[in-house]
Parts: sequence; C-alpha cells; structure tokens
Amino acid sequence: MRLERRDRPSRLALLAAPLAAVAVTLALSSLLVAWAGAPVGRAYALLIEGGFGSRFALTETLTRATPLILTGLSAALAFRARLYNIGIEGQLYAGAIAAVAVGGLHGGSGFAAPAPLLFALMIGAAMAAGALLLLGPALLKSRFGVDEVVTTLLLNFIVLLAVSALLDGPMKDPTAMGWPQSVALQDSLQLDKLVPRSRVHTGLLAALALSAALWALLRFTTLGFEIRAVGSGARAAAFAGMPVAATAVKVALLSGALAGLAGAVEVAGRTGYVTLDMSPGYGMSGVVIAMLAMLNPLAVVAAAVFVAGMLVGADSMSRAVAVPTYIADVIVAIALIGMLVATLLTQYRIRR
Amino acid sequence: MSETLELLASAPFWVAVLRIATPLILGTLGVLLCERAGVLNLGIEGIMVAGAFAGWVAVYQGASLWAGVGVAALTGAAFGLLHAALTVSLGLSQHVSGLGITLLATSLASYAYRVSFPKVDSPPTIQPFAPLAGWPIPVLNAQTALTVLALLLVPLVAWLLMRTPLGLAWRMVGENPAAAEGQGLNVAALRYGAVMAGSALMGVAGAFLTLSAFNAFYFNMVNGRGWVCVALVVFASWRPGKALLGALLFAFFDALQLRLQQTGGGAFGLELPYQLYLMLPYAMAIVALVLVARRAAYPQALMKPYRKGER
Repeated sequence: MRLERRDRPSRLALLAAPLAAVAVTLALSSLLVAWAGAPVGRAYALLIEGGFGSRFALTETLTRATPLILTGLSAALAFRARLYNIGIEGQLYAGAIAAVAVGGLHGGSGFAAPAPLLFALMIGAAMAAGALLLLGPALLKSRFGVDEVVTTLLLNFIVLLAVSALLDGPMKDPTAMGWPQSVALQDSLQLDKLVPRSRVHTGLLAALALSAALWALLRFTTLGFEIRAVGSGARAAAFAGMPVAATAVKVALLSGALAGLAGAVEVAGRTGYVTLDMSPGYGMSGVVIAMLAMLNPLAVVAAAVFVAGMLVGADSMSRAVAVPTYIADVIVAIALIGMLVATLLTQYRIRR
Repeated sequence: MSETLELLASAPFWVAVLRIATPLILGTLGVLLCERAGVLNLGIEGIMVAGAFAGWVAVYQGASLWAGVGVAALTGAAFGLLHAALTVSLGLSQHVSGLGITLLATSLASYAYRVSFPKVDSPPTIQPFAPLAGWPIPVLNAQTALTVLALLLVPLVAWLLMRTPLGLAWRMVGENPAAAEGQGLNVAALRYGAVMAGSALMGVAGAFLTLSAFNAFYFNMVNGRGWVCVALVVFASWRPGKALLGALLFAFFDALQLRLQQTGGGAFGLELPYQLYLMLPYAMAIVALVLVARRAAYPQALMKPYRKGER
C-alpha cells in the first residue's frame, strides 16, 4: 500500500471530509454508548438536544465556546508556523491571574484608574502575560533548538502550581471560606451579557471578531505570508530571504496573547475570579479545535461550537441516561483522529 | 545543612528515589525505542493512563499481577499500533497524532472506569506487588519486582539496540530510512515494531502506578510523568544508560521536594509555599533540556514520515 499525492484536491472532497469524520466518530462512539447499556438513538438525541436543542442549551454552548474559540485561534496560528504551542492551558491561567492582578487586587478595586482605562490595562496585562510565557519556549527553540512541545507542556504544570501558590497566598480571597479562590474582579470590569437571562457575554463577539481578523492577517498581510511560508518549510523560507526567527517570535507573541486573552475573558465574562478548575482543559481542547478546523481561523469557530456542544450535551445526557460525561472527550478525540485521516485523504489517494 | 546530609544518608530516601524513578525508567525506554526508529510518540501520557487502568482492572477482575502487567503491555501496544498506522502508513504529523493518542487513551480509560464503577466514592483497591523483603540488598529489598524488571530492562534494551541486527535495523530506519530500504529492510514494518514495543513499555510504566506504587486507579495519577519521559530521552541523548541516569536524577529531585515539603523547607531555613517544591522537578526537566539541546544528536529521520520514492 502506498500513498500518491492528488494533483489538486476536489472542492467536494474538502467539504465531505469533515462530515465523513463526524459520521465515523459517531458510529464508533455508539459502540461505547451501547457498552454503557444505554439506548444509542436516545442517547445521541439527548446529546444533540442538550448541546443545541433549546435556548438554554444554545446559550450554554456559546458560553463554553467563547474561550474555546480563543484557545483554538491561539493553537491554529502557532501551528500554522509549525510552532507547536501545547502550553495554552498555562498561558490561559497566566492571563487570568494577570487580569485579576490589575483589576481586582488593591483593596478589591483594582488600580486607581477610570474604568475604561483599567479595562484596557487588564486586557493588555493578560495578553502580555500569555505572550511572555510562550516567548521563552519560542526563543529556546530558535536559539538552542529545544523542542517547544516538551517545554510548553512542562510549563503548564509549573504555571498551575504557581497559580495554586498565589491563590493560597497574595491573591487569596479572604472571604472564600478557605476555598482556593482569588479575589474578585471589580464589578465595572465585568463583561456585559449578550443575551438576557443567560451566561453568554460580549467576549463571544470579541472572539468572533478576532477569528475574522486572524483570517485576514494570514490571508492579506506580509506577516501572514511569512507565517505561511515558514509553516510550509523553514529552510526554504530562510533561503527566500524571509526573517524566519523574527516571524517565529511574532507568532509566539500573538499565540500566547490570544491564550492569555482567553483567561481574561473567562474571568471578566463568566467566573469573576480565578480558581484552579476554571479551565477544564480549554488549552488542550484548543489544540484539538485547531486541528478539526484544519488550522483555518474561520473554521475554528465552527469547530469550537461543535466541541462546546458535545461537552454541554454530554453533561445533560449523562443526567438522563447512564452514559458517563467522559463520552464527550472520547468523541472529541476520535473526531480529531478521524479529521486528520480525512484531511489526508483529500490530498492523497491510496494505491496498491 | 547537616539535616540535608542526614537525609542523603538515609535508606528510606533512596527507597523513595528508586520507586519514583521506576515508571520514568520504563516510560523513557519506551520513548527511546520509538524515537530511535524515527517516530516521536507523544501518546505516552495517555498510554500510561490506559496501561494503569487496564492492568489494574484486569487484576481487579481476578487476573494475577503479572497477567495485569501483560494486559497493560498489550493495551500500550494496541495504542502503539494506532499511532504507527497514523504516522508510519499515513505519514501524519507525529506531534498531532501523538497528542490525539494521548487524548483518546486518557478519555477511553476515564470512560471505561466510570462505566465499570458508576457509583463508587473511594476507588476500589487490589492487593499490589509486595516488596522483595527476602533480598539481601538494602534499598532494593524495599522495592517490588517491577522495579527490578525496569532496572534489568536498561541493559537489555541497550544490548538490543547496540548489539543485535534488529537494533541496528531500528537505528538505521531512524537515521536514514532510504538507505535502510536500499539494504532490503522493510522500513514500515520495523517502525511499527519499534513503536508497538515502546508503547508496550509505556503501558507497563502506567501499570507500575496502579499495581505497585499504589493499589487503585485515580484519574490524574500519571500527572505529567509521560511528558517528563519525553524530556528525559533528549537529556539522555537517546542512550538507555543515560536514560536510567536521567530518571534517577529526576526522581532524586522529586523525592527531595517531597521531603522538603514535609519539613517545611527546614533544610534551607526558609518558609516557602509547598508548590515551589512541586515545581522543582518540572523546572529541572526544562533546565536539563536546555543544557543538552545544543549538542543533542537527534535521530536524523525523527518526525520525518517515509514515503517510498518521495523526497
């Protein structure tokens, strides 16, 4: 068996690939649902209904999708330039901590500054924190050749421990009855609700705007061209006179900033303070979402809504039938692998 | 200062070092085998979780402890087969496929655990491996047979890689697959074999946690140990002997931080948050990577899919 490159992938195949991947995923996962002893049809109906089937389900899914779009964009941008940023989780927490440090400490009122300025400072600090956290591994990669996958993965553990120390110490909320929870962000910095009587907040609009902006950046700007060139071959790009190292640094700063922003948006839009479980793996989900979206910033939105819908739907399904919520993680993991194979088959054909 | 010296002279400290090192030795040897044949395997973190669960559940269902180890190895090899199919046959990105395997193995283990034990508050336990109390060697006689197995595997893997035709063939497909093909070697089959064997070791590394170090399965028990193994292989310049050294060094810092936590950092006369000590091993892994990165002799074909007739 060998693979032969197709001259040009057909448009139909490119559209069919994600659908085929999802169909295969649902078929394989149904075996697991059946193993748990639940009726497959009813379980899937409950899953879809719980994720997308009502006003409540939709708003919950969109709330969950907001940080996922941002972490998905962070991963998609970095992976485009072959910078394997697996440290998004840590960068998200760094952003969340930075946001509260600016807008929550100092007697619960944040720095003494007018609210709009303080808001800008908060967002800026969160993005800077995420960016700086990724800058280290990116420089280690370009200067010393240290594999960024391992350094960013290990940094996640270090950052989470640092957050835990901060929540025990200087940023601890004294009124939280001993729960490890940070002081709250001051009220004027909280994001407005987008839909009344729901948790969807204006962070969703920011995420959508950034998705379009990133698409335009990759498509129409010099930096975008450089990123795509570096991604398709660093040596060739260097030979063509591209500033490979400088591009990698810019990508690292942007990708880290997006992850940091995800943390700030979660704090300002949903939780109001930092806890150690504020992100149930949004970082790793971002990597999956980027791959599901074939690294296209616009498709990241759709992939994030899909993943969020599965997570929210699985929660509500497991309350009705005896299928553990972990089914959502299994579905997402199989979808990722299915999508990788489907994408490959749009570019190659299998020959005997 | 004298307290620190006292600690280093105490047998229980070194018992802890060797116990902490065991899964790292097994996992690092597993990653090493895969990478020597040219395949990065970031599936290790999830394969360890799956091995920990599968080995434990087999023993819980009545299998013997060694049968549990076998089940863990087979589980690892099965995920290795999937990783090899994706990266060797289909030539997908080894980074992404590995992360996908980690997600899949972790979520499958969690799902299977919850399906098997829907309503338990405290995890059910098994009777784990007992220490080899009869042995005349101090420190080692407080360990279990799995630790001895891990220590024996180090020279075995070194011999296999360096002194046998199979090892030579594995190294060749990791350095120059086109030349290996020219010698009549089957590149794909060799890589499948190395990835499956390495993944089996990763599965056993996970099973050590549930069958020897603890006696139950917890969701977060692997907790980054797999990623540490990936770092240790670079630190070890892909040599089994140095991998053992790296695992022991890492375990030394982990045991040290555990002890410093208990004494509240008394050894240095400072009150520090305990999280700082927990960070120490991860920080050491990064520092070690940076120190060796410049002269790291990566297998030349690592992360490069091999397609016949395609350059």
